[in-house]
Amino acid sequence: MIGRHKHCIALEDFSREELLQVLDLAVSMKEVLRRPIKKVPSLRGKSVVNLFFEASTRTRSSFEIAAKVLSADALNWTSASSSVTKGETLIDTARNLEAMRPDVLVIRHSASGAPRLVAEHVGCSVVSAGDGAHEHPSQGLLDCFTVRERLGTLEGKTLAIVGDVSHSRVARSDLHAFPKLGARVRLCGPPTMMPAGVERMGCTVHHDLRGALEGADAVIMLRIQHERIGDPLIPTTREYSKLWGLNAKKAADWLKPGALVLHPGPINRGVELAPEVADGPFSVILDQVENGVAVRMAILYLLAGGEPAEAKA
Amino acid sequence: MSDVIVIEGGRVIDPASGTDGVRTVVLKDGTVAAVAERADRPAGAQVVDARGRWVTPGFIDLHVHLREPGQEYKETVATGARAAVAGGFTAVVAMPNTKPVNDTLAVTELILARAAAAGLARVYPCGAISRGSGGEELAEYGELKAGGCVALSDDGKPVMNAALMRRALEYALAFGLPLTVHEEDLQLVGKGVMHEGATSTRLGLKGIPGQAEDVMVLRDVALAELTGGRLHIAHLSSAGAVRAVREAKRRGLRVTAEVTPHHLTLTDEDVAASGYSTDFKMNPPLRSAADVAACIEGLADGTIDAIATDHAPHSLVEKDVEFDAAANGIVGLETAFPVCLALVRAGKLTERRLIEALTAGPARAFGLPGGRLAPGAPADVAVLDPQAAWRCEPAALYSKSHNSPWKGRTLTGRCTHAFVGGRLVHQADGEKR
Repeated sequence: MIGRHKHCIALEDFSREELLQVLDLAVSMKEVLRRPIKKVPSLRGKSVVNLFFEASTRTRSSFEIAAKVLSADALNWTSASSSVTKGETLIDTARNLEAMRPDVLVIRHSASGAPRLVAEHVGCSVVSAGDGAHEHPSQGLLDCFTVRERLGTLEGKTLAIVGDVSHSRVARSDLHAFPKLGARVRLCGPPTMMPAGVERMGCTVHHDLRGALEGADAVIMLRIQHERIGDPLIPTTREYSKLWGLNAKKAADWLKPGALVLHPGPINRGVELAPEVADGPFSVILDQVENGVAVRMAILYLLAGGEPAEAKA
Repeated sequence: MSDVIVIEGGRVIDPASGTDGVRTVVLKDGTVAAVAERADRPAGAQVVDARGRWVTPGFIDLHVHLREPGQEYKETVATGARAAVAGGFTAVVAMPNTKPVNDTLAVTELILARAAAAGLARVYPCGAISRGSGGEELAEYGELKAGGCVALSDDGKPVMNAALMRRALEYALAFGLPLTVHEEDLQLVGKGVMHEGATSTRLGLKGIPGQAEDVMVLRDVALAELTGGRLHIAHLSSAGAVRAVREAKRRGLRVTAEVTPHHLTLTDEDVAASGYSTDFKMNPPLRSAADVAACIEGLADGTIDAIATDHAPHSLVEKDVEFDAAANGIVGLETAFPVCLALVRAGKLTERRLIEALTAGPARAFGLPGGRLAPGAPADVAVLDPQAAWRCEPAALYSKSHNSPWKGRTLTGRCTHAFVGGRLVHQADGEKR
């Protein structure tokens, strides 16, 4: 359990204390991950099924490694090799997998609400690895973990999220998590990429990158998907990159010293982020990847019912 | 049917004839024989004790989907007509988006034959505006009218081609048929699945702005002005559409409108509260609280003529799936009265307007018989218990499908008796004759 929750589907449902429970445990998990022998028996005999209906390398691998470091058995089920192509419903697929008695079902799906639908029909714990444009809770948690680790706290910090918020589940999870941990959130991008009423999620909306970055402690650059061009949310990636992309000069001139640059990946180098920034001193993008494993270890550990004493061991 | 039925002691609410008070209603030979403060009981008459009840003209629903022919696993004409009378509806207009589409005499005749065999609610078929509802060629309105169609619609789809819509409005004038139109600009809708706003943003579901409806209503009001045609806005749901219809009526155009019980009582936030329940997915989508307020206001001030259910049965095959993948629509015939009665209890609507919008309003909009309780009128009557509480659950519903947002909820108000042509066609459980 994470606090009161049997599932990890939406950070909207999590209280500050519940978020902190995961983040604090992830600190110990990161220490385990950095040991020469990266294996603890915490979830021995438990099994985790990764049920992915959308392509993913990073997140699926991250959950898989997280399960294995904790000694759980991990099975990967992707839609390309499943019965989905034969017309099986999501509920049937989930029930069939559940009949194989996993302890945790990790699901990624293109439809918002799909993990919740699955959770209503299975007995095991369900972890969302991203659903539609709804939420990506483990990404939101790893973003919080990364910024907190570097800055010491999120209290009083300012986070800017730049890019296509309308299609971003990462942005929504961040919008639910950061403010609960004391940070302010600014969104920035073209008006076509700012979804209706988003300011009611407790953030400010900006269209000018310079203003959004001014004084920010961290900035998350969202991926611009090529299919958005002609959607038509933006005219060209060229214009987007000029106005909302982050290059070395803008980073040097507009970011405050010590500010962090995050990206959920995969990066469109040269569109939202110039290579010199992605690989430069502000970037904590690879920290995010490592921290993602630690955060997912913490989530799996808490939901699969490991004993607290073992985790700290 | 020479039986005489005497409904005694009930409060007769008949907005069409201005009656509101305790009266005795006598039904004889398929028509209303008398509505009087005192009336004799002819020997052998069947007596219905309606004390504490409302006695109203049978409700008329301008918008139902009976699914036959083609999707009989969801509903049939017979099961839909059974659900109708259980909800107090003695007449329904059956939308043409069956399989095949009702764009020919053969389909119209099949629906009427099934309705006659069922012998429950009166079923008025609605023919298609365009052949196959494909939006490209006119259907044969002359034949559809001759076969018994009372209106034309491509419901489920808007007529995106403005030139075709213009010709349809013009051509229908020859037959006196209203066009009842599903208004949404498909390009503005895109892949939207719920109302666009802070809630769709939070849920990560693609939004449909109310303006997708407004622009089509405004277009068709302009075409009604151009052609002098009879335009009826189906399941109106946005504040902008209410304004457009109000303005069209003010200018004397032949425009009418209907609103559903769900667009009067539920909002987009209910989609969130339900946890992505597909029983809250319909088209048009549940809109904002401001839109709901505008619809109630439009109904109260007469801008909106009728309450129509858009009864849309779907099975679990269509509904027990991801929200994005689920079919649009909910069943509504058996819940309309109690759901709308709650608006009266909340002081948002008068009893008279509620009953008018279920009876005389729809009758006038489509030129249908019924909708009034006066000597000579068809003996289509609903007896209603406004206090009866009942639990809306699958076992309590006559419809074949149970896709209702009120499932599991206790509703107050029900139809205890329904008469069609002077024949008792529904009696609620626990009622004695």
